[in-house]
Amino acid sequence: MNAHNLATEAAWILVGTVDDIPRQGSRRVRNGETKIAVFRTIDDRIFALEDKCPHKNGPLSEGIVHDGCVTCPLHNWVISLETGVAQGADEGRTSTFPVRIEGREIYLDLKTNFAAR
Amino acid sequence: MTEKLVIVGNGMAPGRMLEELFEKAPGRYEVTIFNAEPRVNYDRIMLSPVLSGEKDYEEIIIHGDGWYIKHGITLYKGHKIIAIDRKTKTVTSDHGVTESYDKLVIATGSVPFIIPVPGKDLQGVITYRDLDDVQAMLLAAQSREKAVVIGGGLLGLEAAAGLKARGMDVTVLHVMPTLMERQLDPAAGYLLQKAVEERGIRVLTKANTKRILGETKVEGIELDDGRVIPATLVVMAVGIRPNAGLAKEAGLAINRGIVVDAGMQTSDGDIMALGECAEVGGMVYGLVAPLYEMARVAASHLAGDRSAAFVHSDTPTKLKVTGINLYSVGDFADGDGREEIVLRDATAGIYKRLVLKDNRIIGTVLYGDTADGAWFNDLLKRATDISEMRDTLIFGQAYQGGAPLDPTAAVAALPDDAEICGCNGVCKGKIVSTIKGKGLTSLDEVRAHTKASASCGSCTGLVEQLMSLTLGDSYNPAAVQPMCNCTDLGHDDVRRLIKAKRLKTIPAVMQELEWKTSCGCAKCRPALNYYLVCDWPDEYADDYQSRFINERVHANIQKDGTYSVVPRMWGGVTSSKELRAIADVVDKFNVPLVKVTGGQRIDLLGIEKEDLPAVWADLGKAGFVSGQAYAKGLRTVKTCVGSDWCRFGTQDSTGLGIRIEKFMWGSWTPAKVKMAVSGCPRNCAEATCKDVGVICVDSGYEIHFAGAAGLDIKGTEVLGLVKTEDEALEHIVALTQMYREQARYLERIYKWAKRVGLDEIRRQIMDDAEKRKAYFERFVFSQKFAQVDPWSERVSGKDKHEFRPMAVIQKEAAE
Repeated sequence: MNAHNLATEAAWILVGTVDDIPRQGSRRVRNGETKIAVFRTIDDRIFALEDKCPHKNGPLSEGIVHDGCVTCPLHNWVISLETGVAQGADEGRTSTFPVRIEGREIYLDLKTNFAAR
Repeated sequence: MTEKLVIVGNGMAPGRMLEELFEKAPGRYEVTIFNAEPRVNYDRIMLSPVLSGEKDYEEIIIHGDGWYIKHGITLYKGHKIIAIDRKTKTVTSDHGVTESYDKLVIATGSVPFIIPVPGKDLQGVITYRDLDDVQAMLLAAQSREKAVVIGGGLLGLEAAAGLKARGMDVTVLHVMPTLMERQLDPAAGYLLQKAVEERGIRVLTKANTKRILGETKVEGIELDDGRVIPATLVVMAVGIRPNAGLAKEAGLAINRGIVVDAGMQTSDGDIMALGECAEVGGMVYGLVAPLYEMARVAASHLAGDRSAAFVHSDTPTKLKVTGINLYSVGDFADGDGREEIVLRDATAGIYKRLVLKDNRIIGTVLYGDTADGAWFNDLLKRATDISEMRDTLIFGQAYQGGAPLDPTAAVAALPDDAEICGCNGVCKGKIVSTIKGKGLTSLDEVRAHTKASASCGSCTGLVEQLMSLTLGDSYNPAAVQPMCNCTDLGHDDVRRLIKAKRLKTIPAVMQELEWKTSCGCAKCRPALNYYLVCDWPDEYADDYQSRFINERVHANIQKDGTYSVVPRMWGGVTSSKELRAIADVVDKFNVPLVKVTGGQRIDLLGIEKEDLPAVWADLGKAGFVSGQAYAKGLRTVKTCVGSDWCRFGTQDSTGLGIRIEKFMWGSWTPAKVKMAVSGCPRNCAEATCKDVGVICVDSGYEIHFAGAAGLDIKGTEVLGLVKTEDEALEHIVALTQMYREQARYLERIYKWAKRVGLDEIRRQIMDDAEKRKAYFERFVFSQKFAQVDPWSERVSGKDKHEFRPMAVIQKEAAE
């Protein structure tokens, strides 16, 4: 597979390029048991969230991406890509991970996990 | 201490009485109701729209079960009271339940009048009184045979229109020379007869029924003049009489109805009566407005206010047959000292007649244009001297005092005590003050708080005008439900504008139609994507990022993030080769669950997303394509074995089902489409609850549509009968294309059909060959781009990124 496992510095791990992800789409990164959803918005911003909806663990990477949010495919919760916080009346939060872009390359910091709750 | 209030009967009058009573004296009574009908209180005025299919039973319920629970009412459904013992103050039901009362209210309503002719007890002779009668008529209407309605009054004509709408061949027999002679003068009766006949209903006046023919079932009717009219259904709608038998046996004073005073008190101080069974001031009533007035008076007395008294007033009559406008009130017979003003426009179908006495209106008949009914009625009620405006009176309120008024200004000009809602006796002042006092903003709220327009609904327009008058710009009566929070436009407007402005991409739609968000949301994007796929099949590039995950990866997501895979089995037919291939896939990929679906195919559940292309590759080698079990598109065509095997089969239902499925697979639709073909009316393929179904008969193919068997359960409607398989296919395809082009995203066929009207669909698909062909051609064109198996595309490498992770990080690297 096209897995990248080079780290440029201690915590930053290269996971792929911006072009690997469709606009308004997402790809999944597997980190051991943890699944991470990496999103690309319509204006090419990149976000990384744990691939688990705070509601019933739905795979957020399969949702529809719109306006800085993703709608979970299972029960339509809307999650902010930036903060991982559920929008509207729903309450909950998904872990997010810091992202760094160098050129077209995407690096994730998997140690600094802004944990849910 | 609470007193025991027992009510016999659960119709609209006692229902209203309780509402008023709970408001006036909450908690004063412990209420028990005995209802001979096995159901809650529903709006009897609206039975005709249920019969014609414009409303469902659920929509006409006034008090749901929750209401009875909330008010602590014991409701005995299906219990008929057979005896009242006034000494012990108890009542007893036919199921043996005995209840004691402090106060008893008799509201037994009326019974339909059965004309005493031979054959009146034959099977197939019914009356028109309650929901059971409507259901009996609906059942009979499925035969599409001949019906005779005896009685050309309000109920009879509504029954005839309903049965006609349900596809029956209907004849109305009326004993008098003109229709509705009690409410209409002969001229208006004649116009009405013409309008009824234009709907394909035969009308025979001066028709006296001699006997009903038939051995055990109805076969026809013989008239006095010897004419015989064949029929399998006879509806008697010749009138009602008060149901006073129970009161009579209890020894209460009876005349035509149960005699009550102006306070609704019977000859027994602890027993009241109201509704159609009651006779007050020598009159009995059958329209809802006076019955609700009785309810108000009775509630006041029960609450301890002895001053309330029932006063007679003329009630306007309206006919609830869509497209026929009719209004009459008061006395319009000729007589000494009476004058009349008449306006006639035969071509436009307008007739207005005002009957005057001493410069005051005493009667009004309006046909065709009934907009001024409320105004004339108001002048009648307050006995206004009209000599000043006599010259222009007949033209209506708009022509009084100079420039014509717009409708809202006309409502504004009404005095506060002008009656707006005739059924519920609600005047303008009450509506306006309630809107202001309670801060109401929607029609539903106004209905809930004031009851205005909550019964027959014919004054809805007036109520809406009052709302816009009171609320100003903040009330928009025509407000459509926007697609989502990204736009103020509704689905229909968006669909129309996509075509009109030739918008061919999602960004173009959002730009041109001024979307409020930068790139839509999960509600509007899939809808827009569908509309564009449907409208520009050759030009639009499907936007997969705007599709729900199932349609993006062509499998059904499950709660644990795995997928289910359903290959197509054409018409539900399979083979050893196919089954073997499925068995091999199950073994190779350790598929946890294999299940037969309701649509006659096989579901493989629990497949990992990354395995999907490999599973499809193996299935594809055996000839399988995607079953689109995940799609808002054509799902299955269920079949029975038909004439090839079944001893009852009339046509090759399996063959037709396969043919339809092969022709239509791959098409995207607003919501899922499930079909079925049954080889005979025994209907083993259950075609009559599908979106589209076919029932094969000896003479051809009966096409059904608009069924449902999910959240809602609904039998199909008949589109029509065609003779050949080719015609069946053409009609089904055309119907589907019409639905594709018109429906709102996620709107199933039965909801779309209800919205646009069954007759309109039948007209376009059955009657208009040119339209049908055009729909058919557009579907065929769009299939050129849609019939590509998504599974084999992906086996060949399309959308690879969907099925593999971008990166797999070893545990050590991350830590």
